[in-house]
Amino acid sequence: MSQGKDTVQRTIIIAAALSLVCSVIVSVAAVQLRPIQDKNKALDKKKNILMAASLYEEGAQVDEVFKQYVVPKLLNLADGSYVEGQDPNEYDQYKEAKNPSERLVLDPKVDVAGLRMIARYAVVYEVKKEGELDQVVVPIHGKGLWSTLYGFVSVDSDGNTIKGLGYYDHGETPGLGGEVDNPKWKASWNGKKINDNSGQLQIEVIKGQVDLAREDAQYQVDGLSGATITARGVSYMVQFWLGENGFKQYFDRIKKNS
Amino acid sequence: MAEKSKDILLGPIFVNNPIALQILGICSALAVTSKLSTTITMCVAVIFVIALSNFSVSLIRNYIPNSIRIIAQMAIIASLVILVDQILKAFMFTVSKELSVFVGLIITNCIVMGRAEAFAMQNGPVASLFDGIGNGLGYSAVLLFVGFIRELFGGGKLYDQQILPLATENGWYVPNGLMFLPPSAFFIIGLFIWLLRSWKKDQVEHEG
Repeated sequence: MSQGKDTVQRTIIIAAALSLVCSVIVSVAAVQLRPIQDKNKALDKKKNILMAASLYEEGAQVDEVFKQYVVPKLLNLADGSYVEGQDPNEYDQYKEAKNPSERLVLDPKVDVAGLRMIARYAVVYEVKKEGELDQVVVPIHGKGLWSTLYGFVSVDSDGNTIKGLGYYDHGETPGLGGEVDNPKWKASWNGKKINDNSGQLQIEVIKGQVDLAREDAQYQVDGLSGATITARGVSYMVQFWLGENGFKQYFDRIKKNS
Repeated sequence: MAEKSKDILLGPIFVNNPIALQILGICSALAVTSKLSTTITMCVAVIFVIALSNFSVSLIRNYIPNSIRIIAQMAIIASLVILVDQILKAFMFTVSKELSVFVGLIITNCIVMGRAEAFAMQNGPVASLFDGIGNGLGYSAVLLFVGFIRELFGGGKLYDQQILPLATENGWYVPNGLMFLPPSAFFIIGLFIWLLRSWKKDQVEHEG
């Protein structure tokens, strides 16, 4: 071991040079690849919106299908009205939920999904077929067992029938809670009703299997075996977002219009 | 020299396997092996990182001051891992979503640092590169073995293709949910080590 290698001066020079080289490599990669990554993320989100609305087919041109059918709208959650003068594509409700002037702090009594804070506005995606409103895709999120699950629910223009549900981001256990991605389970949401005739919120993920003979089967979705807490989280978040403090006002409005 | 390179490259696969013999890098072997598609991506990422970190550390081994050698190795490894993570996010978005945090955790994979410290600091760049690839392959061999068993018995699938028809979909196979949980990887790695040591008896540790 030569003495010259370990002097203070040399150590600092080598450390500085090495840091410089490493940081150049890292920042060049990050900056150069950023546009492609952002495009991937945006595309993935659009794909999930189309999947919730059952418009996605394997290999389809996501951007084109999206443009053809889907109109994003910015919504005021408090009364379900559109927010004018702001581009829905630029609004990030998960970022705004952290912004003190843009967020709502939820009363623990109504906060069934354990969200604590949500943004005042939300971006919804109206799916039109031949000029008529066919269904609306609304964003939902809430806690599972390990992670926050982010997804979309598609609701028919009658404001009461679920047409599809899917998550695009979660960290639940593969094979257990991760079964929220199971196509069969996702398909079982199709046709479920949110409220009963008196307008009472009924939709629920139950434990075990739905007994189809029962009358309330139309409000119930099978639980996920081995994933009680994830399933409960899904149940609560669907109840919250489709209920009074979520998109109910908006659904009531589109129901009247259709 | 050619003979030696071959030994350096192929040795770590069975003779001196980093997971089975040195019991290093177990953590990621548990986390990413529930599906073959993520397992394979992880293997490629680790081979890339070990090979290049070994190579770069070896290139500058005569300049790295002894007092900061560990942190210098870490800086190189961390930069390479971030590079891999960025590339995955840009070009293999779906897989990178599934691997999530585990790509970043390659930084803490003991094999990478172990090889940089134990081999690359003493050997030339080319030998170090081979050593890195070899150890990466050794790591991959165990991961693929574990991933194969876990995906097959946990979900009846291989590389996302249904192999065993599931009972829930009118087949006959009832999936073993334990296979998807991290402890199952421990059992399978144990099994792998046992098989390997019954084949290569000199790896058995003697008591006393």
